[in-house]
Amino acid sequence: MAILHRTLTVLAALAGLFASGPALAGMGQPSPWQLGFQDAATPVMAQITDFHTYVTIIITVIALFVLALMIYVMVRFNEKRNPTPSRTSHNTAIEVAWTVIPIFILVAIAIPSFRLLFAQYDFPKADVTITATGSQWYWSYEYPDEGISFDSIMVPDASLKEGQPRLLTVDNEVVVPVNANVIVGLKSNDVIHDWALPSFGVKLDAVPGRLQQTWFRAEKEGWFYGQCSELCGRNHAFMPIAVRVVSQDEYDAWIAKTKSAAIDTGGKVASAEE
Amino acid sequence: MAHSAQAEAEHHHDHPYGVGRWLFSTNHKDIGTMYLVLAIIGGIVGGLLSMGMRAELMEPGMQIFGNPELFNVFVTAHGLIMVFFMVMPATMGGFGNWMMPLMIGAPDMAFPRMNNISFWLLAMAFVLLVISLFMPGAPGSTGVGGGWTIYAPLSTSGTPGIAMDFAILSIHLAGASSILGAINFITTIFNMRAPGMTLHKMPLFVWSVLITAFLLLLSLPVLAGAITMLLTDRNFGTAFFDSAHGGDPLLWQHLFWFFGHPEVYILILPGFGIVSQIVATFSRKPVFGYLGMAYAMVAIGVIGFVVWAHHMYAAGLDVNTQAYFVFATMVIAVPTGVKIFSWIATMWGGSLSFKTPMLWALGFIFLFTIGGVTGVVLSNAGVDRSFHDTYYVVAHFHYVLSLGAVFSLFAGWYYWSPKMTGYMYSEPIGKLHFWLMFIGANLAFFPQHFLGAAGMPRRYADYPDAYAGWNFISSIGAYIAFAGFVVFLFGIIAQFARKQKAADNPWGAGATTLEWTLPSPPPFHTFETLPRIK
Repeated sequence: MAILHRTLTVLAALAGLFASGPALAGMGQPSPWQLGFQDAATPVMAQITDFHTYVTIIITVIALFVLALMIYVMVRFNEKRNPTPSRTSHNTAIEVAWTVIPIFILVAIAIPSFRLLFAQYDFPKADVTITATGSQWYWSYEYPDEGISFDSIMVPDASLKEGQPRLLTVDNEVVVPVNANVIVGLKSNDVIHDWALPSFGVKLDAVPGRLQQTWFRAEKEGWFYGQCSELCGRNHAFMPIAVRVVSQDEYDAWIAKTKSAAIDTGGKVASAEE
Repeated sequence: MAHSAQAEAEHHHDHPYGVGRWLFSTNHKDIGTMYLVLAIIGGIVGGLLSMGMRAELMEPGMQIFGNPELFNVFVTAHGLIMVFFMVMPATMGGFGNWMMPLMIGAPDMAFPRMNNISFWLLAMAFVLLVISLFMPGAPGSTGVGGGWTIYAPLSTSGTPGIAMDFAILSIHLAGASSILGAINFITTIFNMRAPGMTLHKMPLFVWSVLITAFLLLLSLPVLAGAITMLLTDRNFGTAFFDSAHGGDPLLWQHLFWFFGHPEVYILILPGFGIVSQIVATFSRKPVFGYLGMAYAMVAIGVIGFVVWAHHMYAAGLDVNTQAYFVFATMVIAVPTGVKIFSWIATMWGGSLSFKTPMLWALGFIFLFTIGGVTGVVLSNAGVDRSFHDTYYVVAHFHYVLSLGAVFSLFAGWYYWSPKMTGYMYSEPIGKLHFWLMFIGANLAFFPQHFLGAAGMPRRYADYPDAYAGWNFISSIGAYIAFAGFVVFLFGIIAQFARKQKAADNPWGAGATTLEWTLPSPPPFHTFETLPRIK
């Protein structure tokens, strides 16, 4: 009896897993057969996800409406069922309707859209400041307030350890504390690159000759990955971004360890593995 | 009456033969044919490039391309060829040249010899682009790998080899070809309409190529300026796009997209015109709301000039600039919606027959709607933050292009090739082509929306393993669509081999424009006596 109960529980859990199926997005990285966005780790990404759901529902209704009209027309007015075509080529009321109603729909989209856009540019006061510099083909990071800097290079397939995602893993990841406002300055040493983190809702070009700024506030701990998002040459697909969000205490410890490692080696940190 | 005057006029005419007939042509039908042949060649080359890319992307890891830069070269060549050497020559050079003078009752274009130089400039441009593939580009590679958008500084200091200079000169020639063609189209349509054909009596296809010609005339000079600045930055010591010496990479982006956005309307507007003609013909009903349709296209063309920076939401523009472009871009959805609903209203109450041209037009209406609504999603800078440079964008523009513009091109082919060649195509082959392309292209591009949402960037030769599932499906779809394209080519051969003569008007009472009053194929010279339009 107990064995039956346990078997059924396991089967139900498995069924639940398959039923919720591909929509299960990973945290911080993509999942196989994923349909939607990666899970949001910042309030900005949560707002992007909600807005996207809202707009997607609207456009799905519109597309299905057009499809329904077309199927109706194809069935009802095919030449066998309607051998004599009408000559109607005007109807002012309907022409006004199909101009004005879309305007209302667009306004309904625009209002939350502008709210979202201005929220993304509402920079908070910084708790942590980092700069990310794109080069062909890797990122370098500095924590100017802490005097830390290091390169972040993709780990090649052959050197990956168990569980490390291919093409996303780097030797030295960015470490930030959870629930902290992080301001990211973006620079480039050569061509245009782009620093992107899907789970954070962050994406901004790194343009040579400019210092651009973006920001995020990660509210979940864990590993978060992104990839360069502006064509930059041969290894554009091989310069990922990795951020590890940790508790404030772990962050303080990492800062201390990284600073002393830098003093010891007299330069950039070789490994920030932990 | 007009028919026998026609036959008599032809009897007294020589027309050129041999190489000279084609090299020195001043005949809009022959030039139109040459453009269609070039477009088919462009489609073959561009299509093979996409097969190479989808073969690489079918599984994670690098299986086919030893050098990822070569993948970038394929991406770039695929885009440039499909835009400049497939869609544009087919719509304007091909169908525009062939059908516009016939539809307005004109004996030829206003500048028949300039028409010829437009074609041969484009042929030369294609040669230069192909040569660029074999010239040094980025260090250690051949060809241009900067995407069709060739952003600086990747296209300046990032691509030191002369492949980029060959590509720039190729685009110079292609742009000149189109500017001269635009002058020709505008002059012809404004000045050579048959007596009685006011602008508001012109077929909608003629409206569509007129508006497209204005877009070309006004946007291409900006591209020409931009690529000249690229050429001088690369070779003559200027620093337009080099921030270390007082320039700005974002200047390139503004200039390119000021051309680039009208360019995408250039790609689709003639398709709108083709769909209007076909829907009216196979519904046996005039297009609903003719003036609304014509002026919707005008609105799309005009507004299309003031939305360019929606391609730059992640470039570092300030938030208020982004907000303006969100607003302006959303406005274009209104005239576009008017067109979709008007096509449906045209069919409403009509008497529909589902021959091959109509299948393509119906496919266009639904699939362009899908591409259009994802465009509305992308117009919102807030959510484009996540979608910029991902496969969601690739999905969007392939829906409006491969499932929009290309569907309208095939629609035009099946509609007009009996007129142009004098031979009926095979309905079963045409329908097979349609269904393979419909199934294949949807399978190829719909899953790319999911890949983009999941975060897969575009222009990537390899991807994290989680993206493997949808990439596999997408590649299978691409192969099916290419099979459809092979069926199309086979169908052309069959069309000529069967020798089933086409009537003057194979489509019946619904085909009301002037080309259907002429024999199939029409004589070398037509409308030497102008028709009178009531």
